[in-house]
Amino acid sequence: MTPDDSFNSSVARPKSTSFDFEQLIFEDRVHQCIYTEEAIFRAEMNKVFGGVWVFLAHESQIPENDDFVTSKLGLRPIIVVRDSTGRIRALYNRCTHRGSTVCRQHQGSAKSFSCPYHGWSYFNSGKISGVPWPDGYADDFSDPKYNLAQVPRVQSYRGFIFGTLNPDMPPLEEYLGGVKKPLDEWLDRHPGGTLSFCDANRLKFNGNWKLLYDNSADGYHVIFSHRSLLAMENRLVEGGEEDKGMSYYKSSPDNAPFYVKVFENGHHYKDKRPAVDTSPGGLWNIEGPHPGMEHYEAMIREKLGDKAGSILDLASSEPVNINVFPNLHILGNHVQVSQPVSLTETDTTWWGTAVIDDKDELHGCVDAVNALRMRTQESFPNFGELDDLMNFEQIQTGLAGVEDEWVYMHRGLGIPDRIKRDTDGYLIGPPTDEVFLRETMQVYKQLMMSEPNLIIEREVDAGLD
Amino acid sequence: MQHDPSRTSYYVGDDFYQSLVDSYTDWQTDESEIIDPALRDTCRMLLEKEARMLDQNRLDDWLSLYVPECLYWVPATPHGGDPRTEIAVCFDDRRRIEDRIYRLKNEFAWSQQPLSRTARLISNVGAFSTEDKNTLMIRSTFLTTEFQAGDKRTYTGWYGHKIGFQDGNWKILVKQVNLIDCDQNLRNLSIIL
Repeated sequence: MTPDDSFNSSVARPKSTSFDFEQLIFEDRVHQCIYTEEAIFRAEMNKVFGGVWVFLAHESQIPENDDFVTSKLGLRPIIVVRDSTGRIRALYNRCTHRGSTVCRQHQGSAKSFSCPYHGWSYFNSGKISGVPWPDGYADDFSDPKYNLAQVPRVQSYRGFIFGTLNPDMPPLEEYLGGVKKPLDEWLDRHPGGTLSFCDANRLKFNGNWKLLYDNSADGYHVIFSHRSLLAMENRLVEGGEEDKGMSYYKSSPDNAPFYVKVFENGHHYKDKRPAVDTSPGGLWNIEGPHPGMEHYEAMIREKLGDKAGSILDLASSEPVNINVFPNLHILGNHVQVSQPVSLTETDTTWWGTAVIDDKDELHGCVDAVNALRMRTQESFPNFGELDDLMNFEQIQTGLAGVEDEWVYMHRGLGIPDRIKRDTDGYLIGPPTDEVFLRETMQVYKQLMMSEPNLIIEREVDAGLD
Repeated sequence: MQHDPSRTSYYVGDDFYQSLVDSYTDWQTDESEIIDPALRDTCRMLLEKEARMLDQNRLDDWLSLYVPECLYWVPATPHGGDPRTEIAVCFDDRRRIEDRIYRLKNEFAWSQQPLSRTARLISNVGAFSTEDKNTLMIRSTFLTTEFQAGDKRTYTGWYGHKIGFQDGNWKILVKQVNLIDCDQNLRNLSIIL
């Protein structure tokens, strides 16, 4: 193994990138080539997507033993499966024999996977179960090298399944660090502290994956990029009514009572709750118009009287952005996952979430709440995100002017007392500040300068991590 | 009390959803297929008029083809499941369609700057009767080519229109758009399909 390999290869491989990141990433700016160089993208697919904990799937997608859903870890095709014993694994979707995928459905239930090419079969633990006409082999296939490769470390946090190929990563909870708190709060507003995925708005854009992460806690773009959405949501507002949606960004958001907070490892958080009335019914009052709103609101109010407000709030967008580096974003009621496809193509899937109410905490209103939630969640991907994605695409277009080297992110930098630390030591800035981006870029820089020793596992009984 | 569906959404409730799911379940049967050429032609002309208005960006005229309590629905799963429990690509009642049109006319909707140009082909039009003689279902196949920001792309699949005979005219009650790639990641779907 050569020192610059980022995974445990048995053959010498060319150095993944010869770029000097000390010359590409500064406190106030980054070089355009981190968005446009193929070699940097290839290195990211190991050093970031593989080198850190990456979100793979949600447990509600595989509720029963033998359930599986396909995913990706960087560009690696993965089957996330709850095996026949209940253990969650992330198997490489790649036949050990000649490399074909063994699972070609997106989601389902299977005790085993059989390769369509030559029929090699594997239990859903990854262990090889048989090959056709074994007499033709001078080998009994007992060596684990014939089992499906799997991600060696797979851990869940409250239903969110992550994997890493890096044995030196700290445990998932330690990696998440401070971002666990807003994630906990977001989950705990739901009955039972959980929820389930319920299909998705699936979008893509022709741009580098980082353009999306760069945007994820950006309060500076809102009234510009989303100008048409803000106008649309408020077109029917009459005198005396509250402004809808993200109107709290309108005048001078830096003086408004909300903030962006930066956690460790590139995670960050925009908490807009201080800008809105969060007493029962407050969130519902600022929801823009959605199909079925008045019908279900009348129904729930008639049924529950004073208790209706807090239940309607569950159908409303929670005003937070919780960003877990590198690919998980929780905002409103969505779980948004970004997936690099190539240097200049990124999929972004906005999983909708539904409330589960086994103990009837919603007094028989869960179906109504979910019928509303589906419609509230369709709004932003349709009327907000598309404008952002167009702007990301146009950044990618603009960056083709390679002599114009720098991308700036210095809003807030150098202004005394603008950035503070909270009692846990995390940086806090006004909502339009680019401090979150600067800090993430420093994390990214360290990762890109690191040489992680990525590994796979084939022993199906290897230590439960 | 009469509600204006352009301003409030009282009609999208459990009854509406259930009727929607029922209408779009097992409706394309051999027994219910309409063979009367004149009626089929009426259906085809309505669909072609709709496509023409959308291609010409006459969005208000387009919406006038719809009843007040209408629906524009692009499921995110093949054939569409129950929209009460699953997210759709688009699920627009009257007010949200008007929102969509308002936004498309807004010069700050960056995903539509510059505006897309589209050319729609509609074919294989088949009409199907329902229990109500004033309500028909239409299945057609579409191929929409979009040119936008230097890029040409296509959307294809089939439409399921539910139409009703009201005040001497056939009007659209529901338009279901079944993209063949509805469960894949789609790039800048900001036009009306």
